[in-house]
Amino acid sequence: MVRALGAKLRRDLWRMKGQALAIGAVIAVGVAMQIMMTGLHLSLSETRDAYYERYRLADVFASATRVPNAVTSDLAGIDGVSRIEPRITGSARIDPADGGLPIAAMTISLPDGRAPAVNDLLITSGRKPDPNRNTEVVVLEAFAIARGLTVGDPLVATLNGTRMTLRIVGTATSPEFLYVTPPGEFVPDDGRYAVLWMPRAALEAAYDLRGGFNQALLTLSRDAKTEAVLDAVDRVLDPYGGTGAYARGDHMSNRFITEEINGLTMSSAVVPPVFLAVAAFLLYIVISRLVQAEREEIGLLKAFGYRNHEVGLHYLEMALAISLGGALAGCALGVVSGRAMIPLYTTYYKFPFLLFRLDAASFLIGLAGSVTVSSVGVLWVMRRIIALTPSEAMRPPTPPDYSRAGGVGRALAQWLDQPSRMVLRRITRQPARMAGAVIGIAAGMSLSLGMLTIFEGFNTALDRSFGQIDRSDATVSLIYPASDSILLELGRIDGVQQAEPVRQVAVVFRNGRATHRGAITGLAAGSDLYRALDGDGHPLTLPERGIVLSSSLAQVLGLQTGDTITLEIREAARPTVSAPVVAIADSLMGTPAYMRIEALNQLLGQRNRIAGAYLQIDPSQEAAVRQRLSNFPMIAGVSLSKDAQQAFARMMDQGAGSVRYVMGFMAFVITFGIIYNTARVAQAERARELASLRVIGFYRSETAFVLLGELGVVVLIALPLGLALGRWMAHGIAAGFSTEIYQVPVVAAPHSMGIATCVVLGAAVASGWLVKRDMDRADIILALKTRE
Amino acid sequence: MEQTRDTDLPAFDVRGLTRTYGTGHTAVHALRGVDLRIARGEIVVLLGPSGSGKSTLLNILGGLDRPTSGEALFNGQSLSQMNDRALTTYRRAHVGFVFQFYNLMASLTARENVELVTEIAAHPMTPEEALALVGLSDRMDHFPSQLSGGEQQRVAIARAIAKQPEVLFCDEPTGALDSATGRSVLAVLDDVNRRLGTTVLIVTHAAATAAMADTVIRFADGQIREITRNPTRTPPEGIEW
Repeated sequence: MVRALGAKLRRDLWRMKGQALAIGAVIAVGVAMQIMMTGLHLSLSETRDAYYERYRLADVFASATRVPNAVTSDLAGIDGVSRIEPRITGSARIDPADGGLPIAAMTISLPDGRAPAVNDLLITSGRKPDPNRNTEVVVLEAFAIARGLTVGDPLVATLNGTRMTLRIVGTATSPEFLYVTPPGEFVPDDGRYAVLWMPRAALEAAYDLRGGFNQALLTLSRDAKTEAVLDAVDRVLDPYGGTGAYARGDHMSNRFITEEINGLTMSSAVVPPVFLAVAAFLLYIVISRLVQAEREEIGLLKAFGYRNHEVGLHYLEMALAISLGGALAGCALGVVSGRAMIPLYTTYYKFPFLLFRLDAASFLIGLAGSVTVSSVGVLWVMRRIIALTPSEAMRPPTPPDYSRAGGVGRALAQWLDQPSRMVLRRITRQPARMAGAVIGIAAGMSLSLGMLTIFEGFNTALDRSFGQIDRSDATVSLIYPASDSILLELGRIDGVQQAEPVRQVAVVFRNGRATHRGAITGLAAGSDLYRALDGDGHPLTLPERGIVLSSSLAQVLGLQTGDTITLEIREAARPTVSAPVVAIADSLMGTPAYMRIEALNQLLGQRNRIAGAYLQIDPSQEAAVRQRLSNFPMIAGVSLSKDAQQAFARMMDQGAGSVRYVMGFMAFVITFGIIYNTARVAQAERARELASLRVIGFYRSETAFVLLGELGVVVLIALPLGLALGRWMAHGIAAGFSTEIYQVPVVAAPHSMGIATCVVLGAAVASGWLVKRDMDRADIILALKTRE
Repeated sequence: MEQTRDTDLPAFDVRGLTRTYGTGHTAVHALRGVDLRIARGEIVVLLGPSGSGKSTLLNILGGLDRPTSGEALFNGQSLSQMNDRALTTYRRAHVGFVFQFYNLMASLTARENVELVTEIAAHPMTPEEALALVGLSDRMDHFPSQLSGGEQQRVAIARAIAKQPEVLFCDEPTGALDSATGRSVLAVLDDVNRRLGTTVLIVTHAAATAAMADTVIRFADGQIREITRNPTRTPPEGIEW
C-alpha cells in the first residue's frame, strides 16, 4: 500500500470515528453473539457427550413391575444390545430434619462390588455405599447442597412404607440427572427432589424384589436399530409388567439439555447474520458517501495513474479496518459473555464441570463474516469508482435530480411547508436507502421484541399454569394408588378447605402409526383445584366417558375431537382400549390427557383408587397443615404450588432477566448504528443546504428539522414494521422453543412492545442529538464555500 | 430588532473592526482594524486578492461571523453584541445572500426555493414577483438540476431579494459563471438596486465589476487600502471582463 494513502486512511478513520464505532459496534455484537452461542453450543454438547460416554448413559430405558434376574440374559441377547444393567428403582419420601414437608425422592440400586455397567455415577464427595450396609446412601449432590447435607449426616426416609434412618456416605452426580425437576414441574428446584443410591440388597428388601429387578438399562452397539430393540425389549418385558421401553431421546433430562443446545444452534443461525447484514448496509452507505465526497481526489489519483483496483483497495481497506476492528472486539466480547453465561447454565444443568469452549472455526466464521460484509459494501461502491473518469471527477457534480420526486411534494403542497417538502422528497428520491434503514431498524427491533415477547409468554404460562389450571395450594402424592378414603382423611385435617383426587396412569397413546408415551390424568367430575381449560381459558367439563387430549398431544397424534384413540395402559391389568376424543384442552406444559377418575379406574379394573390429591389450604393454618401432612404415612411427597412458582420466577429473573437487557442492548446498537450513520451521511451530503438554510435565516431547530425529519419518518415507519416483524419473529422463536415438554405461548405483549419501542426511540433520540450537536457546531461559511 | 430607517443613518457603521482566527503563532489576522460607513441604497464593490479580508467583512456584516474586537452597527444597532439566535433573526429579517455556488435546495423547485424565504419573512414579495424580477417566470417549476448555472444563480438572487431585504450580500456571485452569464447576473443585481433601493455589497476578484458600483473599496492584508467613488455607474451590460 502506498504510504500517502495509508496516512489518508488513518486520518479518514479518525475523522469519522463516531460512524466507524457505531458500525464496529453492530459488527461486534453480531460476532460476539456468534462466538458466544457457538461456544456455548460446543461447550454444552461436547461436555454432555463426554459425560454421557464416560459414565455410560443408557441408550434404552425399560421399566417393569418385577422381572426375574434370569430374564437379564434374554435382554442381553437382543440383537444390538451391547451392555445391560438391571437395577431396582422406586419412590421414597424424605422427612427433612427441620420438620418441613416430606420430599419426594427416587431410589436407585447400586450393584454389589462393581460400578454400574450403565448409568454410572460420579462420586463428588465421600464414597459409594458398602453393599452390606443397607442404611448407607449416596445422595444427589445438588440436593445435598440445597439442603445443607454432608457426608455423615443422617437422612430419614420412608421406602415403601418402611421408615428408616439412612446415613449419607457420599454425594454424586450422574448423566442421568443432568436436569432434574420435582415431579410434574419443569424448572429445577434442587431442594425439593432427591435421588438416593443405595445397595441393591437394601432396595430388594424395601420393594420386595428379591431375585428380581424393575428397570433395565441398555447400551446399544453402534449399528443397532433402536426401534427394533425397543420392540424386542417390550416383548421380553411384557409378561413382567413392562411399562414400555423408551430411548435416550425420550429421557427427560437429556431432552431438556438437547432442546437447549438446539435452541442455541437456531439462535446462532439467525441472530449474527442480521447484525452483519445491517453492518454491510451501513458500510455501503458510508463508503459510497465517502466516494461521492472524494470524487475529485479519486479523479486526481486516476489522473496520476492509479488503477481502479488500487483506488478501490483504499476504500476496501477502510471498510476492512472498521469491520475487522468490530470483529476483534466482538471476539473478545463473545468470550467474556460466553464465560459469564456458564454459571447460569450450571445452575440448571448439573455438569460435573463446564468450561466455556472456544471454537477456532467460530472465530474464523466471525472474522470471515465481517470481511465479507465489508467487501460486499465496497464492491457495490466499486462500480462508481470505475465509472468515474478523471476529467469528469474534476467537474462539480450536477445537483441531484429531484424532478421525478417532485410530484409527491406537489400533491401534498397545500399541507406542507418547504422544509417538510424537502424531507419528503429526500425520502421519495432515495427509496432504496430509506427502505434499507427502515428494514434494518425493524429487523433489530424485531429480534429483541421477539425474545422479549417470548419471556412475557413464559410469564403468561406461569400465570395460566398456577392461576387457572393448577389452582391448588399443595399437591400430595401417595406412595402407591390407594383407596379414596384417604381423601376424606386429608379433608378432615384442620385448615384443609378442599381436597380433590387425582390419579395418573402410564399409557401409550396410539393413533395408527403415531404413538406417544405419556400418562392420563384422572380428575374428579367437577374438579375445581385442577382444571383442563379449553383454548379460550374456560374450564372443560370432563364427561363420563371418553378422553380429553391436550392440544400438544392431539397434534403429535394427529387427532381431533370426535376421533377415536387407542390407549395401551401400562399399569395393573394393562388393557388396550379405544376411547373417543371428546375435547381438546389448551396446554402449556407437557402433553397431558384427562379423564374422569372413575372412568380411568374402571379401565384399570379397579374402583375408588387415587394416587394423590390437590389441596386448598387456609393460609392462616398452613404451618399446622404442613405438620399434619408430614406425619401422614401414605404420603410420598408434598409439593407446594408457591415453591414451584418461586422456582419458575427465579429462573426467569436469573436467566431471562439478564437476557432481557441483552436484547434491549442489541436493538439499541442496531438502531443507533443505523440512525447515527444515516444521519451523518445525510448531514455530510447536505452540509451546504443546511448551511444555506441557516444563512437564509432558519433557526438551528428549524434547520435540524430538515435533516432529522427524514430520520424521524424512517423511525416512525420502522416502529410499526418492527412491531409486526417482532410478533412474527416471536411466533418463529416460540415454534423453535416449544417442544412436547412445554409450549411457549405467544401473547399480546404490550410491556415488551413498550420496551422495544422505547429502546428504538431512545437510540434515535441519542443519535439525533449527537448529529444535531455537530450541526450546531458546523462552520456555515466554510460549508457554503466548499464546492460539493 | 427594531426597524429604524432614519435616512441620515448609514446602513452600516464599522469602527475598529478586527477578526483573528486561531491563537498564538498560528493566528490569522483576517481583519486588522477596519473603519467604514456604507450608505443606504448604494452598490458597494469590495475588491482585493484572496485572504485580504473582504469576505470576512462581508460575513460579519451579514451576521454569519462575529468580530474579535471593534464594532459593526446596522441601523445603529450593534451586530457584535448579538447572540446566535439574534443574528439568525437579523439575517431572517434584514439581509439576503448570494453565493458563488448558488446554494439552492436541490429538492425544491425554483418557486419553492423562493418560498423557503417568503414563508418566514415579514413583508415578502410573492415568489412569482421575485422570479419575474430575475427573468425566470417561465422556469418557476423547474428543479435546480434542470437549470443552467446562470439560471440557478438568478434563482438564488430571487430567493435573496424576495424578502425585500435592506441589504443584499453577494460573495463572488459570478465566480462560477462565464462572462456573458456573469454580466446578466450583475444586471439583475443592478436592477434590484435601482427598483427596490436595496443596498448591495458585492465581493469579487473581478476588478471590472467596480465600474457598476457607487463605491469601490479595495482591501489588502486585512485592511482597507482605498475607497473610491464613481461619479457615474456603468451599466453591467457595458462592463468589459
